[in-house]
Amino acid sequence: MITYLEAIREAQRKALENDPRVYLYGQDIGLFGGAFKATKSLAQSFPGRVIDSPICEDAMMGSAIGAALQGMRPVIEMQFADFSTVGFNQIVNQAATMFWRTGESCPITVRLPSGGTPGSGPFHSQNLEALYAHYPGLIILTPATVEDAYSMLLEAIALDDPVIFCEHKYLYYHLKAESLPETALPVGKARIARTGRDATVVTYSAMLHEALAAAEELATQGWEIEIIDLRSIKPLDTDTVLASVARTGRILAVGEAWPWGGVTAEVLARVATDGFNLLDAPPMRLNSKDTPVPFHPNLWGTHRPTASTIANALRDLLRL
Amino acid sequence: MLLARVAEEKIASLFRGGRITGGVFLGKGQEAISVATGIALKEGDIFAPLIRDQAGRLAFGESLLDFTLTYLGARSGPMRGRDGNVHRGRPRDGLLPMISHLGAMVSVVNGMLLAHRFQGKTGTVGAASLGDGATSTGAFHESLNQAAVEKLPLVLVVTNNQYAYSTPNDRQFACADLVDKAIGYGVNGHSVDGTDLAACLQVIGDAVRTAREGNGPQLVVASNLRLAGHGEHDDSHYISSHFKKLPLGRDCIEVAQSHLLRNGWADAPSLEVWARECAVQVDEAVAFALREPAPDPALEEWCALSHRHLAEGNPGKP
Ligand SMILES: Cc1ncc(C[n+]2csc(CCOP(=O)(O)OP(=O)(O)O)c2C)c(N)n1
Ligand SMILES: [Mg+2]
Repeated sequence: MITYLEAIREAQRKALENDPRVYLYGQDIGLFGGAFKATKSLAQSFPGRVIDSPICEDAMMGSAIGAALQGMRPVIEMQFADFSTVGFNQIVNQAATMFWRTGESCPITVRLPSGGTPGSGPFHSQNLEALYAHYPGLIILTPATVEDAYSMLLEAIALDDPVIFCEHKYLYYHLKAESLPETALPVGKARIARTGRDATVVTYSAMLHEALAAAEELATQGWEIEIIDLRSIKPLDTDTVLASVARTGRILAVGEAWPWGGVTAEVLARVATDGFNLLDAPPMRLNSKDTPVPFHPNLWGTHRPTASTIANALRDLLRL
Repeated sequence: MLLARVAEEKIASLFRGGRITGGVFLGKGQEAISVATGIALKEGDIFAPLIRDQAGRLAFGESLLDFTLTYLGARSGPMRGRDGNVHRGRPRDGLLPMISHLGAMVSVVNGMLLAHRFQGKTGTVGAASLGDGATSTGAFHESLNQAAVEKLPLVLVVTNNQYAYSTPNDRQFACADLVDKAIGYGVNGHSVDGTDLAACLQVIGDAVRTAREGNGPQLVVASNLRLAGHGEHDDSHYISSHFKKLPLGRDCIEVAQSHLLRNGWADAPSLEVWARECAVQVDEAVAFALREPAPDPALEEWCALSHRHLAEGNPGKP
């Protein structure tokens, strides 16, 4: 069995093996192997290519941009997604604008250990995908499975555009697969994770698993819920979403991120503008509460959507 | 440096005539330190100029046409109308296109130098320009520290022209001299009179050589006075007359010219000939740029990704 975290490590190992332009840069990622051990033993296997950085997210990103312009393929590990805000300027104003301004591509992968786990609190739990997706010039990936963590990270590193890779910390150890995939859906394609005819849930990252559990619960009462795993939130596979809504007539968008703006709002805006006639019920969405992410597990468990709140929302959507 | 002065004066006059869209920022008074930086760099080196570096850009090898095409918004310029004025460059030639955010270019130079190290390119140097104001940013701190930790051949040229827009030094930093910061980062510090071309050539030359020889980052602090507004929209009424009387308030071009005359390396008529030659070059470059077509929104690709198939359209639009 291989975990989501091991898949991320194996993807980095493979990229280092296959492409001499790849190097890893981040805090404590060298001999120590990273805060989550996502780079464990890579520094030993690839001397000089897995580099400990000072605590300088702005300069980490700036130097990645320079190296990318010079033909390298940097993979930057932010110790937590939350700290990427210190490098925000370089990401959104420099990396994201580079191709458009100069015609030179800027192939950087920024790994953001994202999302909440019990006890991690306001500054080690954030989901920032919408923030980055707002800016033109970035690709935002949100893998929800071990297979996607592996194949999408490899694809991210191979892409010529800057990629924000939102890996979910809650899935690091929880999620296991038999083996790593040989092939994968390309970036930009959503996956139907469960088929159904009564309602569509559109989600991504760790919320996929909550949604699957909610669908399981409703299935015991005879309801068939279709679940779409977006995989990539920018580009967002609107076609797959609309095709599903055409089948079910009902949509619930679920995200662990905050409610204002964001991915669920974007999904519903697209469905409302491009698929209004497909809807049999008002579209719904479910997000975390509009507060910082709480520390205590009791509060945290209520702050974000869970299988049971998703199941309740689905019952509303189905008018039960 | 004379060509830079003449070229910028021309753009300033076009600005006053309403011919320039966007801001105009001059390096007046700063040509000596800037040109010295451009001259000390070689092909294969990296240069991250800022707003007052027209002289350094020309010396580093940027064409005058890139300057006029960008200021005049021509489609054929390096930025194709997508960005303007001083925000231009050609990364492939080692000339980085500045973003506005002060301090942000330094770590990009670090990354290019890091890439050279990975690629086995030895003996290259990267220079980045900053003003006194930019030394207060977090980006300055992070990038200089990063360069020091990696022992990169970075030459950070800080031109202390006494003001950051309207903010004087005493509202910007509290150390006695900006060069004192060098020791805190474990890098070499160099001070130079930014109005004295000969001194700038000497000190920047030494700093670049020291970096090239593998001795890590070099911080150069040049002192002068901004002899123009922050931009051409600014009358700089706030600049204290006290500075204008000090040696640092001298015009580096006048200082250089009298140096040439005093040493008998040039006479007054040849100085006039040089100025006329510069004016001819500038007029040609401006005339060329004015004939070039402007960007056409219908031909614009409106795509921020190099992978077009991953770009999003305009959702909701028919
Ligand atoms: C991060 C950031 N904040 C504010 C500005 C706006 N701004 C542009 S130039 C400038 C003053 C810069 O002063 P200094 O660094 O001394 O350079 P000088 O203009 O004197 O050459 C300011 C505040 C900016 N470009 N970037
Ligand atoms: Mg200044």
